[in-house]
Amino acid sequence: MPVRRSIAGIDSPEALAEAMRAAQYIADEGLSTAAYLALALGKPLLLEGAPGVGKTEAAKALSAVLGREMVRLQAYEGLDASAAMYEWNFPRQMLAIRQAGDAYVNLYGDDFLIARPMLLALQRPRERLLLIDEIDRSDHEFEAFLLEFLSDFSLSIPERGTIRASEPPVVVLTSNRTRELHEALRRRCVYHWIGYPDPQLEAQIVMMRASSVARDTAHRVVAAVGKLRAEPLAKPPGVAETVEWAEAATLLNAQGAPWPTAFARAIGVALKDQDDLAFVAPRLDRILQGAA
Amino acid sequence: MTPRALDPFLAFPRALRAEGFRAAPAQTEDFLAAVGLLGPRSIQDVRRAAHAVFGPGPERRQDFDDIFDMIFLGRAVLAPGEATSEEAPQAFDAGEMEELLPPEEEDPSGSDATQRERLFARAFAPADDAALLAAFARALPRTLPRRRSRRFEATGGGLADPRRAFRDMARRDGEILVLPTRRRRSRQRRVLVLLDISGSMKGGTAAALGIAHAMVRTAERAEAFTLGTRLTRVTRALRRRDRDQALALASGLVADWDGGTRLGEALSVFLAVPRFASFARGALVIVVSDGLERGGPEALVDAMRRLRALAWRIVWLSPLASDASYRPETGAMRAILPLIDHLDAGHDLAAMAASLVGDHALRRAGAFR
Repeated sequence: MPVRRSIAGIDSPEALAEAMRAAQYIADEGLSTAAYLALALGKPLLLEGAPGVGKTEAAKALSAVLGREMVRLQAYEGLDASAAMYEWNFPRQMLAIRQAGDAYVNLYGDDFLIARPMLLALQRPRERLLLIDEIDRSDHEFEAFLLEFLSDFSLSIPERGTIRASEPPVVVLTSNRTRELHEALRRRCVYHWIGYPDPQLEAQIVMMRASSVARDTAHRVVAAVGKLRAEPLAKPPGVAETVEWAEAATLLNAQGAPWPTAFARAIGVALKDQDDLAFVAPRLDRILQGAA
Repeated sequence: MTPRALDPFLAFPRALRAEGFRAAPAQTEDFLAAVGLLGPRSIQDVRRAAHAVFGPGPERRQDFDDIFDMIFLGRAVLAPGEATSEEAPQAFDAGEMEELLPPEEEDPSGSDATQRERLFARAFAPADDAALLAAFARALPRTLPRRRSRRFEATGGGLADPRRAFRDMARRDGEILVLPTRRRRSRQRRVLVLLDISGSMKGGTAAALGIAHAMVRTAERAEAFTLGTRLTRVTRALRRRDRDQALALASGLVADWDGGTRLGEALSVFLAVPRFASFARGALVIVVSDGLERGGPEALVDAMRRLRALAWRIVWLSPLASDASYRPETGAMRAILPLIDHLDAGHDLAAMAASLVGDHALRRAGAFR
């Protein structure tokens, strides 16, 4: 098994955490360790967690750290090979065949191949990072097919033969865990479960991502969100919601709304489910009390 | 011989396996490589490497850490569940034994009865619903859900198949005579039938088994289990063509007719056996049960949540739901309602058949003359 101790000058989880912080992402020790191991072992990184905890952001930060272009493949039910791997440019092939007349023309050259995310990642593994987003949305068939791709990083095109990556590309998979991923897929990846960050860390994240938000506002929002997450909600607010809520409340406050009111009026940014809103509404004041 | 310092690293995956985690040899290799990469400077590094490589889900994180502590820190861990293993429902795959079992009941008193479970075989009267079941089986292939396969098939119509058209063109000097078309093939989804055979369901189990038999015989890939104080796989028995024989065989296999209700625990056992749980993956899951659960609903809700994550669709047939004014009252039923896609009537054979394929399809298949 090829092990790369250092990639792009990153030789430890701490170095990676440092570099990700410079890319505006605060990674805890678990995440930086898992990401470093994935890079070093040449394995895909599988990030699971509730919506809005920063899984896609982590992939973006990684691509920034490594200086690689991020190629994103959004998974959905019915995703097929022509959208995920490659496609032949048929109109162009037809034109070529008509124009060529009696001359020789290579119909399966690079000119006629439209590379989709997975092939793109294989072609230039040193320059690209492949993000397969929300893999739990795809169907089981795509998952099975992905297994093949992730175990030996090769694709076969009948007209061209097998294309193999010169080195394992960096692949990040994310899942919201709306359904259970296949054990065989999990086994091939380095895994990290991203939970909700602790209040201290979340306040830091809020201040980093929303520069307009004052320090005590950030702490208030984080405290309120912590209380909301303890409620039995259908969609508890993620980190993204915390940041937006802080920003929205700051904006309303700047326009003259006093603090608790500003939070209460901006609640729609944090909770996006009618049942949840109705459930929380009678006790919203009490939840915000500590925040005000 | 391996160096002694390596022992805990090799013992750890073994201990994980013993506790039901999946730990492949390749993962052990990765684990060693990962520990080497991290230094390791402290035991925390080893722990993080273990988390990253073996990837325990959040709900089993505590168990995982306990095993880790036991192996690497020598900390004793209380083994939960050992004392109660006698009480827990067992999984029973009776498939291989069917030939050995008598097709008819021999000992209705149940020589293997225990104080805890009422274990006895039960005979079914030859059903006079044969015509209804035959119609149900005829209606099934049309109504069973299908999913798109990854493969394409050539068709006489549909969307153009540029790849084939182009190959033909290259062969014929750039002329297209007929435009080839293609479409995604489709396959029947897997069907999983889970039958509650506890005492409260007594009146309906024969009909439910009849439905399961039709399902197993007709669907391309179907599995059937009975849930009671035990979990029993009855698929093999139900593959028999003759329904009376199949039902008799199944009734011989199932040892806990009309026993207590431990639906949640039986479902947990079903999900804990990886081979069984994989039957639910992407499947249409049909549960026939009244949802009356002895004790608290937590086990049932937890199991249903996990089943939900695997299944494509969960249909719940309840004999209580035949009443139009039925509202789930029990804590268990109310709690699992959001996890179910469809709750329908299942008080008798006709109701169950109609719930599954629809009145119209049944009528067309000749169920009511």
